[in-house]
Amino acid sequence: MALNNFIDPTATNPLGRPRGVWSALHLDPILLFLLLVLVSGGLFILYSGADRNIDVVKAQGIRLGVAFVVMLVFAQLDPSVFRRWAPWLYVAGIAALLAVLLVGVGAKGAQRWLAIPGLPRFQPSELMKLVVPMMAAWYLSRHFLPPRFRHVMVGLAIVLVPMMMIIQQPDLGTSLLVGMAGLFVVFFAGISWKLILAFVGLVSVSAPMMWFFVMREYQKQRVLTLLDPQSDPLGAGWNIIQSKTAIGSGGIDGKGWLQGTQSHLEFLPESHTDFIVAVLAEEFGFIGMLVLMLVYVLIILRCLYIAATAQDSFSRLLAGALTMTFFIYIFVNVGMVSGLLPVVGVPLPLISYGGTSGVTLMAAFGVLMSIHTHRRMISA
Amino acid sequence: MPWGEFKDTAAERRLFQRRTLVMLTFVLVLIGGLLARMYQLQIVEHEVYTTLSDKNRVQVQSVPPPRGLVYDRNRTLLAENRPVFSVTLVPERVDGMAETLTQLDRILDVSEEDLERFQRRLQEPRRPFQEIPLRYDLDEQEMARLAVHRHQLPGVEVKAELVRYYPHSELTAHALGFVGRINRDELQRIDPVNYAGTNYIGKSGIERFYEEILHGQVGYQHVETNARGRTLRVLERENPVPGEDLQLHLDLNLQKRAHELLDGRRGAIVAIEPATGGILALASVPGFDANKFVTGISVKDYRELSESRDKPLFNRALRGQYPPGSTVKPMMAIAALDSDATTRDYTVWDPGHFRLKEGGRVWRDWKRGGHGWVDLMDSMAVSCDVYFYEIAVKMGVDTMYDYLSQFGFGENAALDVSGALSGLLPSRDWKRATRNEPWYPGDSVNMGIGQGFMLATPLQLATATSLIANRGTWTEPRLLKDIDGDTPASDFLPDQTHEPLKLKDPDDWEYVVDTMAEVMHGRKGTARGAGADAPYRMAGKTGTAQVFSLAEDEEYDAEEVRERLRDHALFVGFAPVDNPKIAVAVIVENGGGGSSTAAPVARELFDAWLLELPEAGSDELVSKVDAGGEQ
Repeated sequence: MALNNFIDPTATNPLGRPRGVWSALHLDPILLFLLLVLVSGGLFILYSGADRNIDVVKAQGIRLGVAFVVMLVFAQLDPSVFRRWAPWLYVAGIAALLAVLLVGVGAKGAQRWLAIPGLPRFQPSELMKLVVPMMAAWYLSRHFLPPRFRHVMVGLAIVLVPMMMIIQQPDLGTSLLVGMAGLFVVFFAGISWKLILAFVGLVSVSAPMMWFFVMREYQKQRVLTLLDPQSDPLGAGWNIIQSKTAIGSGGIDGKGWLQGTQSHLEFLPESHTDFIVAVLAEEFGFIGMLVLMLVYVLIILRCLYIAATAQDSFSRLLAGALTMTFFIYIFVNVGMVSGLLPVVGVPLPLISYGGTSGVTLMAAFGVLMSIHTHRRMISA
Repeated sequence: MPWGEFKDTAAERRLFQRRTLVMLTFVLVLIGGLLARMYQLQIVEHEVYTTLSDKNRVQVQSVPPPRGLVYDRNRTLLAENRPVFSVTLVPERVDGMAETLTQLDRILDVSEEDLERFQRRLQEPRRPFQEIPLRYDLDEQEMARLAVHRHQLPGVEVKAELVRYYPHSELTAHALGFVGRINRDELQRIDPVNYAGTNYIGKSGIERFYEEILHGQVGYQHVETNARGRTLRVLERENPVPGEDLQLHLDLNLQKRAHELLDGRRGAIVAIEPATGGILALASVPGFDANKFVTGISVKDYRELSESRDKPLFNRALRGQYPPGSTVKPMMAIAALDSDATTRDYTVWDPGHFRLKEGGRVWRDWKRGGHGWVDLMDSMAVSCDVYFYEIAVKMGVDTMYDYLSQFGFGENAALDVSGALSGLLPSRDWKRATRNEPWYPGDSVNMGIGQGFMLATPLQLATATSLIANRGTWTEPRLLKDIDGDTPASDFLPDQTHEPLKLKDPDDWEYVVDTMAEVMHGRKGTARGAGADAPYRMAGKTGTAQVFSLAEDEEYDAEEVRERLRDHALFVGFAPVDNPKIAVAVIVENGGGGSSTAAPVARELFDAWLLELPEAGSDELVSKVDAGGEQ
């Protein structure tokens, strides 16, 4: 098995402690270490991206602390808990999305939040990033894998229903992530390549239909802006021109921490949220980007290893899908900021300022740690 | 798991692991793609984006040079630069324009006019985050009140700029001119690069004439600005070259005395130092506060000034064109002697009137009954008109024109006085061209006593008098004494623009000067009252210019005529006679007689310059007082 060459935590962990301690805490030390490196490095970037506003860094630190606690809690739960709860969570999630569409609150023409008296305001769509892959994994793992055609169809329906509801809010970024999370489950389940090709074909054919019938005007505008930012350099094209300028002017080794002119002189918009990677690229250059990508790749490798060594199909499918969702965050965000993809509201995972996605992501890592540390003795 | 017992868990795991490898490849390829994009942006196209980034943040700003200062001959400051604070608004940062304006009005007293101008500029196209001035010239109390409320007023800023200030404004407005905001026409004329940061330009007088050297050379700074255009720091600076300072011949003390002497009247005084041509005083009364014009005068104030019957904005010294009256007689005397129209001994019988031919039109002498037998000396002393009627007819217009033009009449002979008018020196050609009439001998009669068509400005009269004081040597009038800088004053002050007036008998100069001294000191001199008890000898000539003409035998009493129709009182003269230090021309509008009104003014000026004010070297002069004081 190819992945067996990767560090095996069943022997000893890097700190040389007996594995019993980490096992008792249900934490994976390697993943935890990589996440801490990412998060602490991210806070330094955020300090610069928020133009030396220490309050922003503190607030983010508190949110990340909460997120780590959430991770810790999820890690304590047995994977079977997720499996058993998956259908109920899914039903509740669909109901919540319906409620959002009917009575949700929000701003700038989008209804994303649900305000239930007595509970803090929350985004049901954010929870669906976890619930949809859980549900899809639950359904598909009940049957033989690779799944039959009809199971694939049901699996796709499980994914597409919430996805369409989130698009209606409208929240393209989240629906994309929710949809991808579910589709990766279907992929990992072993859907045949013929079917995959057929789907790809179908999507390519329906893309023009999407353009005319599904996509909203502002979404089309974003695609057009990507193709030609100079058509409106002070309006729609401003963000992408300024972020490319920030990245490009960083060069090999960057302008230095806190020295980025694009971000500190306010040319770069959203410099502490969605566009924070441009701050890193400007201040630490190509070398900084290499280091960031290395940390991300190491996290993904570790997570895929956890998925590959999981004990049952549900765990494997869920772990694989959550890992790939994490990757999609990275790819869509960096692709968007560097002008490869249209502007979609996807943050850079665990670095961009903002609470909700950080908590969801850390919960997902909690699930992965749970899968890795709750091993039955009959393990093969 | 319902069908668990049939599941091939090992096969499912292998399937999953194969898929994981596919995904891993997918991840690595896409991450590789992102890094390739970064490589493209950060390494391949690095230069392009560095340029873009610098263009974003680095702006070139012009730094206006401080305007050169103006001093008088004693280095008293006449024009300086003073920081003026104005309140400006950046509409993009203001929350609630109407409320902000209301609140500012409570703090600052914003006039209707300020508001109107502000609203107009608000509508005009402008670049984002450009500030719009609301009110200029805040005083200290307003600054303090604004500072207190500043935090409630986002987008409201106080801006300082150096603005021209004339500390002795009322006294110097007509002599110096003033600066004002650059207007549309001037914008077409000026060098847009050098004036990039300049808001003001010389509008008149010295400020206008020496604009080029007063302005200086613009400087530049590269500044780092943020996306909202706000300057954060200066990266690189090329300092402006300040304008050069000017020192004028003007003497503020004499200027002040001239204003005091004309106080409450309307008139003008021009005093020239004959040796240099330097203008010592150039007063036009009433004056006005030029400072009001610098940042923009209010409509109300402007209306008040422009509609005043006293015409304070009118520069009488340079632009007031008056019939010179009898003050032209010294120049006529020179012309008549040199052209042999008369001799020192030639006498005329003055019966109180003059006729060109028997039974023809009568020209009256100012003295009813006449002066009897008079020679040139007598005629000057008593200002006999009939003598000059006769020699004027003898000379004819061509000769008079020839001589008078050599005295600077009919032209602006001054070197650096902008806006000065040239008066009117009539000639045959002029009359033919403008009136399509021949020159009649009667026109010459009028011209002989400075009436008729002839007009001259006080500056021209002072210039001509100065030429007599110099005995024919031209020193063109000028305001500039020296430039405190690299530019030589000679760039603006050419050496000799006029040929000296050479007489066949140079002694005629002394003779005419003697006749002028007789006016001041002689037993019958018209200005003997003004010349009495002086410790020095002076030369002069009184004049009276009719504001309206009277029929030939009509009598009038000056007291009965409304004040505005009274004669203008004139006087020209210089002192001391042998070593002239000052030549003056005085005109008092509707002042009545030259001897009663204008001559005493000149005497006061002579005294001030020769006896009181230190610079003239009065010791030497007092010692020159000789027995010739009274003859």
